Amino acid sequence: MWALTWYGKASTRLSKSTERAGEEAAPDTESSLDIIVVGLNHRTTPIEIREKFSISDAQLREALIRLKSYHGIDEGLILSTCNRVEVCAVVQQLQTGFQRIKEFFEDYHTGLSPEEWNDSLYLYSADEAVRHVFRVASSLDSMVIGEPQILGQLKEAFDIAMHQKATGVILNKVFRKAISVAKRVRTETKIAENAVSISFAAVELAKKVFGRLEGKEALLVGAGEMAELAVRHLLDNGVRKVMITTRNFDNAIELAKRFDGIPLRLEEFPRYLAEADILICSTGASHYVISEEHIDKAIQRRKNRPIFLIDISVPRNIDPHVNQIDNVFLYDIDDLQLIVDANLEGRQKEALKAEGIVSEELQAFNKWLKSLEVVPTITALREKAEEIRRVEMNKFISKLSRLSPEQREVVDGLIASIINKLLHSPLVALKDEARSKNGALYVEAVRRLFNLDKDLHRRHHPAASDKEDSAAPDEEAETK
Amino acid sequence: MNVLFLKITLACYLFGTVIFLIYLLAGKKESFSRFSLVMTGIGFVFHTMTLLNRMLEAGYVSLTRLFDAMAFFAWALVLVFLLVELRFRIHVLGSFVLPLALISLLSGAMLPTEMRPPDTTMRTAWVYTHTALALLGAVAFAIAFLVGVMYLIQERLLKSKQFNNLYNKLPSLDFLDDLNHKAIILGFSLLTLGIIIGAWGAGYVSGWFWDPREIFTLAIWLFYLIVLHGRITVGWRAKKAAYLAIIGFVGVIFSFVGVDLVWKGQHAFI
Repeated sequence: MWALTWYGKASTRLSKSTERAGEEAAPDTESSLDIIVVGLNHRTTPIEIREKFSISDAQLREALIRLKSYHGIDEGLILSTCNRVEVCAVVQQLQTGFQRIKEFFEDYHTGLSPEEWNDSLYLYSADEAVRHVFRVASSLDSMVIGEPQILGQLKEAFDIAMHQKATGVILNKVFRKAISVAKRVRTETKIAENAVSISFAAVELAKKVFGRLEGKEALLVGAGEMAELAVRHLLDNGVRKVMITTRNFDNAIELAKRFDGIPLRLEEFPRYLAEADILICSTGASHYVISEEHIDKAIQRRKNRPIFLIDISVPRNIDPHVNQIDNVFLYDIDDLQLIVDANLEGRQKEALKAEGIVSEELQAFNKWLKSLEVVPTITALREKAEEIRRVEMNKFISKLSRLSPEQREVVDGLIASIINKLLHSPLVALKDEARSKNGALYVEAVRRLFNLDKDLHRRHHPAASDKEDSAAPDEEAETK
Repeated sequence: MNVLFLKITLACYLFGTVIFLIYLLAGKKESFSRFSLVMTGIGFVFHTMTLLNRMLEAGYVSLTRLFDAMAFFAWALVLVFLLVELRFRIHVLGSFVLPLALISLLSGAMLPTEMRPPDTTMRTAWVYTHTALALLGAVAFAIAFLVGVMYLIQERLLKSKQFNNLYNKLPSLDFLDDLNHKAIILGFSLLTLGIIIGAWGAGYVSGWFWDPREIFTLAIWLFYLIVLHGRITVGWRAKKAAYLAIIGFVGVIFSFVGVDLVWKGQHAFI
């Protein structure tokens, strides 16, 4: 758990005057910032409530403005898709933060009584909140694991929130990181590799026969949602031409218009069988529409060029014996379902790897977040000054050797004084602003301006040292 | 030196083969096959050095000894695989090519390997070119054979709906059929050229023998001619083409090695 703690008092290693400056600037007060997520998704909530809960794109801007107006919410982002509605926020106090967001939902969805959805809400804070965002972005929390849409939806939600200036330093980092985590998961695991829908599984199978589908011709016998989706996928993958036949010729004409295809009358389609590389059959007939003889003739006319057949009708419309003909590949809906199930199982396995990546990235994120604390930043800044002083002194040590001890002391004092004067205002400002809304921004600015993160990284690099250095400044501050 | 290089080559190919087979059957990631590619590459370098070293020591192009012919065949097979790999990135081909190269080189190495220089009349560019072309043709037919085996495996998996690791790794049927066709065209062209040069050169070197090797080679040439013709006219493609490529290569092996063992004609490897 990493509630950000903003201490006023800090240790010093430099000189008394800096110490004093620090003390007078900041009394010992403490406030914390928390990242929280409150929301509901397809697992916790039935569609009837989810649909009422969702916030449309048109409403989103206004909703963000309202969210930000709640006291104690520093940053906020709303993600609303058909499977989830979530608010991610940076709040000053954990419990009141949760309360505020529940109030926000209550205010926003007046048509629903809070009892209806209160139990469905999940509340995450700190590590778990960030982990949740990373998992959502990587599609680990999706209904179909690995589906690609969620990342786009998350990016859009982030864009809008940024435009509304609802997010700040912390959420910007959370979501940028989430997007990069999602990309890493996509490239390093096979989570999105194989088809998990019947129609897509059909396309993948076709590719195992034909390699590339460019220039192939397809024949659709019958209609139906799944069949049409398969045709759409085939066309997207380069199939050149689609012929369509249905019992009712008008339907065929209608469908042909939609797919830019050629309508055929039901009684004439067998003549065109030999032209089709891919045949999808989906009719309501109770008998075999395509017989062994049909295909036998077709394959002869095709001079053994393979035919790929998909039968998604129940009862089946293609005689299963067709599969025994050489160079004919027939699959029914159960075969496709088998592939889908296997692929889903494969994705589950890959999801384990993805969770590992998420944990890894969460650690990296925590490191960054820790750097936003004031105390380590002040320590780092002072150390940097001290380091510069030491290095420069060493450089000039031979030239300074001619000075008397008294003169050396004067020079030392002069240098210390210059450093302290220079550091005084940034340190005071840092401590003052630490407790304001923009605290993180100031810390981030100081770290960049003085290039402290490079030093921090070097010191905290796991390969460079075994002990956990990053914890040191905190402990130091707390023991004081 | 020669023997050391040969041993290193064999070790690399053996190791590469094992990794390639694990990659294929255990469904390892693409990155896994990189080890075997590296092994193949290193093996190929030593293989090349083995051949060069042997010829430098002998002072002539040695292809007429059966060991040399088989070593050259294996070398060209690996070379073609590496080239195809660079172009198409189908690591899985290695799982088939490398074992064959290994078998060829290993069985060659079990034959007597000491040099036995051929007659000086045989040390002409005609003979070298003729032999090399015939061997390269055999390499192309070997590729067609391997691709045919891959085709039959993949076809069987698709028909029986076994969507396992092997199915995932093997390329599509169309791709394999196309590669089969191209390999046979290439092999046929090389063989034709080899025969022409052999016949032409024979006039200068020794005249026609009409020995079993020549008769067999002509039969093979005719077989592949019919295979190519049949694809266009009566549709000997897909599964049939895969079978034909396998049958053809069995004939090639016989004319390559078997003929010598049975008849030991004048045309034989020494």
